[in-house]
Amino acid sequence: MRKMRTSLRPWRAAATALATVLLVGSVAACGNSDTGGDAGSGSDKLVLGFSQVGAESGWRTANTTSIKEAAAEAGIELKFDDAQQKQENQIKAIRNYIQQKVDVIAFSPVVESGWDTVLKEAKDAGIPVILTDRAVDSADKSLYKTFLGSDFVKEGRLSGEWLVENKKSATGPVNIVELQGTTGSAPANDRKKGFAEAIAANPNLKIVASQSGDFTRAGGKQVMEQFLRANPKIDVLFAHNDDMGLGALEAITAAGKTPGKDITIITIDAVKDGMQALADGKFNFIAECSPLLGPQLMDLAKKVHAGEEVPPRIETEETTFTPEQAKEALPNRKY
Amino acid sequence: MTDTGSRWRAVTGHRLFWPVAVLVVMLAANTIYRPGFLSVEVNDGHLYGTPIDILRLSAPLILVALGMTVVISTGGIDLSVGSVCAISGALACSYISQQPDQNSLAVVFTALALGFGIALVLGAWNGVLVAVIGIQPIIATLILMVAGRGLAQLITEGQIITINSEPYRAIGLGHVLTLPLAVFIALAAALLVAAFTRRTALGMIIESVGGNSVASRLAGIRSGRVVFLAYVLSAACAAVAGFMITANVSSADGNAAGLWIELDAILAVVIGGTALAGGRFYLSGTILGALIIQTLTTSVYAMNISPQTSLLFKAVVVIAVCLIQAPAFRARLTRRRRGTPTNPTSPPSQARQKEEVPA
Repeated sequence: MRKMRTSLRPWRAAATALATVLLVGSVAACGNSDTGGDAGSGSDKLVLGFSQVGAESGWRTANTTSIKEAAAEAGIELKFDDAQQKQENQIKAIRNYIQQKVDVIAFSPVVESGWDTVLKEAKDAGIPVILTDRAVDSADKSLYKTFLGSDFVKEGRLSGEWLVENKKSATGPVNIVELQGTTGSAPANDRKKGFAEAIAANPNLKIVASQSGDFTRAGGKQVMEQFLRANPKIDVLFAHNDDMGLGALEAITAAGKTPGKDITIITIDAVKDGMQALADGKFNFIAECSPLLGPQLMDLAKKVHAGEEVPPRIETEETTFTPEQAKEALPNRKY
Repeated sequence: MTDTGSRWRAVTGHRLFWPVAVLVVMLAANTIYRPGFLSVEVNDGHLYGTPIDILRLSAPLILVALGMTVVISTGGIDLSVGSVCAISGALACSYISQQPDQNSLAVVFTALALGFGIALVLGAWNGVLVAVIGIQPIIATLILMVAGRGLAQLITEGQIITINSEPYRAIGLGHVLTLPLAVFIALAAALLVAAFTRRTALGMIIESVGGNSVASRLAGIRSGRVVFLAYVLSAACAAVAGFMITANVSSADGNAAGLWIELDAILAVVIGGTALAGGRFYLSGTILGALIIQTLTTSVYAMNISPQTSLLFKAVVVIAVCLIQAPAFRARLTRRRRGTPTNPTSPPSQARQKEEVPA
């Protein structure tokens, strides 16, 4: 054994080295995207440096596409960097943008804290910063011009308000079950809060069960199965995202009930599969959480570059969908 | 000592007694909370009810845990099974989604072959890293655990792939003889593994490699080959579990499919009485362990324990199960109750030590 081990050692070292090289190489290759160009040289085009969180979901991919397309359409030169979910990559990208003297910097912060230093560098260089999708917790609000993103509480409230309107003729109690997102995440907390506030308007509306389905289809399905067993009368399902609602659909069908009729289903997000279910009448209502903030971002970039005042908090243009509206919107749905 | 006393001791001394007891207690607690918990009705020609849900949902975990049992008994560990689930499921689903006729059996079988094939390759990769190159199993499989998620994302292009294929769906949701097909698949895999390890010398060889790989090599066993095969088997089991997980919701989610299933599988193996250090393994115990874990998850939903406390609840139950499973802990408990100090190195506490098989 010992002898064999010794003879294997060079192999092992080589393999470890190779694995390390591969890992490091792949990270480096992904991390360095088109940030190297010479910004603002000659052309009078507005130059926007954007640092994206990563590409963790279809929602995020749609977000990236929207920004790239809107930039091309608005005649803005976009410097795009994918941070691979790492704050240090984002800080590096922002410093790059500062060195290249871009006109405006925008980014979706990976985490909330730790941005003061780099934001101050941008401010000192006289480059305005726009936050998209996620906020930072800097006490000094002058470090960035504005925060453009969705209002999760509002999404929950819109869902609740639709339900109150829809069930206003109900005389008896209306039993609601809720599929929460990942426990502790901002969208889950805020959507729950907004929904609860809105349905308080009608005391007949009662949440009888609420569990986390982790924003996944499998989670939504598994939890819904038990909801159906434990509660013989469920009138409404409120899911914090489309995917959990889609998983729950299967559980409802397997239980011999008709989704959309026996159980009213409300979800949030409006991704393509969710919109399809809505158009098919399996969902009843979706409050949109749109990743398509590109055009708004380009508008803002132009405004802050021109020195115009912008409000410190701007909500993404979002809407709500009923089955009829979903049928219309579906052919043009990008994500 | 009376006759009934010794018989009682024989029953409680059986290694499966405590896992079974825990399962019964959990089911009883649920039935007290909701009397209809155990009721099963016939709906649409299939059995339908919470016990059936538990069986169906635990099928993927049983599969993964079977492979994990064999890997652990060789003295290794396989952290990459969750990623392998995701990759196999993603590959199968993305192939199906690109075909014009998703319901054709040929398409589904090709998809399954693709998913299974890549799992064998990934298992072989793990096997080579551990058995040939000699990297520590926890590190070797960690590579694929991390990189594999990325690979699954690459296959799905970061999207959730939805498919519309009845034959594929059947893997997760189909029924045979009124019971879910997934249960039969898990059962078949269990019987197959049991037949190979318990009806042939293979099981003893695996245990001897796990107990003492040097000694078993000196005894003429090619321990490297055994270890290699264990990782391939583990990946193959994970692939089938991945098919079930994706078929269950007719969609492949590279991020979420099989997430943390490796930890549940390791837990199932431990609850089942297999020592993490390697050596003896108990397939029946592993299956019971998987059922206990799924029952626990289902209980949280059925009793509507709030999501904020459910993790704590699970942790407490798991700790209790592991403690009650440990003979050393039970021995200490009974000693204290009787108040008679005994020899600290009593046989039960030694039995938990790494077992070496007299080969």
